[in-house]
Amino acid sequence: MKPAAPKTDAGKPRLTTSAMIASIAGEGQRTKPAPFGHALVELAKEDGSILGMTADLGKYTDLHIFAQAFPDRYYQMGMAEQLLFGAASGLAAEGFTPIATTYAVFASRRAYDFIHQTIAEEDRNVKIACALPGLTSGYGPSHQATEDLALFRAMPNMVVIDPCDAHEIEQVVPAMVRHKGPVYMRLLRGQVPLVLDEYGYSFELGKAKLLRDGYEVLFISSGIMTMRALEAAKALVSDRIDAGVLHVPTIKPLDAATILACCAKPGRLVVVAENHTVNGGLGEAVAGLLMRKGVHPAFRMIGLPDEFLAAGALPTLHDRYGISTEALCARVKGWLK
Amino acid sequence: MRTAPLGHNVSLERRAWNIRRHAILMGEVQGQGYIAQALDVADILATAYFHAMRYRPDDPGWGERDRFLLSNGHYAIALYAALIEAGIIPEDELETYGSDESRLPMSGMASYTPGMEMSGGSLGLGLSIAVGKCLGLKRKRSDSRVYTLFSDGELDEGSVWEAIMSAAHHKLDNLIAIVDVNNQQADGPSTTVMGLEPLKDKLEAFGWFVQRIDGNDLAAVRAAFDAAKAQHGQCKPSMIIADTLMGKGVPFLEAREKNHFIRVESHEWRLALDALDERKPS
Repeated sequence: MKPAAPKTDAGKPRLTTSAMIASIAGEGQRTKPAPFGHALVELAKEDGSILGMTADLGKYTDLHIFAQAFPDRYYQMGMAEQLLFGAASGLAAEGFTPIATTYAVFASRRAYDFIHQTIAEEDRNVKIACALPGLTSGYGPSHQATEDLALFRAMPNMVVIDPCDAHEIEQVVPAMVRHKGPVYMRLLRGQVPLVLDEYGYSFELGKAKLLRDGYEVLFISSGIMTMRALEAAKALVSDRIDAGVLHVPTIKPLDAATILACCAKPGRLVVVAENHTVNGGLGEAVAGLLMRKGVHPAFRMIGLPDEFLAAGALPTLHDRYGISTEALCARVKGWLK
Repeated sequence: MRTAPLGHNVSLERRAWNIRRHAILMGEVQGQGYIAQALDVADILATAYFHAMRYRPDDPGWGERDRFLLSNGHYAIALYAALIEAGIIPEDELETYGSDESRLPMSGMASYTPGMEMSGGSLGLGLSIAVGKCLGLKRKRSDSRVYTLFSDGELDEGSVWEAIMSAAHHKLDNLIAIVDVNNQQADGPSTTVMGLEPLKDKLEAFGWFVQRIDGNDLAAVRAAFDAAKAQHGQCKPSMIIADTLMGKGVPFLEAREKNHFIRVESHEWRLALDALDERKPS
């Protein structure tokens, strides 16, 4: 017998499908459609060097918006990621600014050597924007890019960005193009949650920003985990727990000064929350920084386990692997007991 | 066509001989190097740099130059020899070959050497980069061409076929690729490591204009470059399959048991130079 679908708070059955593509927006959450594609079109109106390239995933990385606006500046490279990044290097060497899109798993795993040698080593001005970062697909390990940040952090010359929402993506696009050199950005596509506009937030490359202060707990987070950390901080108020959120969208270079200053505040539990394996992502980057600089707060990491994750619906999986808002709250309460 | 005079009326035979000589001198510096490959590809490089390509020796980044991509980065010793002969690298710099702080590392890298357009070493990258460069040049309405040299072993890499397919799809008639078929890769003869034949039929089936020549017959190499250049406007990329002899020009190296990395004893570098000098063209 098919198990009954769990109910949401609103009483509607929660999705339980292991779909490849599912929105990460919560029930009733404000969203914006295709912020990456629209921001790129706006920028490309001003900057004629911008080209769009993809490996048979234009529609699934919101690059189709760009393709519709600038069909003659769009290159379909076929389902061939190694070619995609090698050709992007060649176009950059000729003075263009290629924006190359695919899924994060294919850029980080299949084409790693091509990106390493033809883009990073040659320091080519290529922007790599990749959908389905971390655990944002229920399709199973083939589409769950749980180690992309670790891999690209390890690559010299590469700037690594993990934006939180539509508001931030709109600002990341021009900022990464202004930066001369290779950039890897995690891409949220489709109906993308809109959160950070309420915090008067603006993205600056290489800057961490304190979105909310709190004297008992400090979440340090990137990407969608900042959205979750903000929700958790709100929810924890009812448990009389005062939690802050430091958003670190630029994973590399890390904003060491801001992180150290926030972690040096005495008596506060630091909890790094990331949509990524606990190996080699933001958590270990922050831990290493704190150790090197002799700043030693109480420290915990929330991230994906070092295992191949299950297929399933995203809400199910985020609960199971501890990166849902509810899971964050439960962990923090347990640690504060 | 060269745009700067560097020795008038020097024959291609002599250019190829000079390239071989520069390469042997570099090999002697380190007591090692991919010298057998350098000797086999010297005729192709001489033809590229002294017959086919447009460039300015004093301005290696000149926008209107023809681009030359060395996909097989371990052939760097050969390309350095050609760049020295072309006047892009000063001749006395060959004494630094492969040494610490040299601009001439054993494996070719874009950031080290003037005239080196890509970082090789990891094989199978060049044709993908070439596809991007060709697309970029067409977008700029440039008539510059992209020459890409790679080795037969690189055809084992799936990504090379991605690039081959895409160059035809995008009708890149500004791309001239040369594959050095010396039938030798790391683990042995290419024919036993991974069979490539019938290579000409395969590449033609992929939509390329393909010529197969003796890569050590200068007249044939020159005719092949001319025919490839004449393809401009025909909407097809060009491939020159060049069958070559490792060690060409130095009989005792030609005769040596074939290996990917031929060992040359320390006293043999002088013998190789002597053998080459005996065959100096006019």
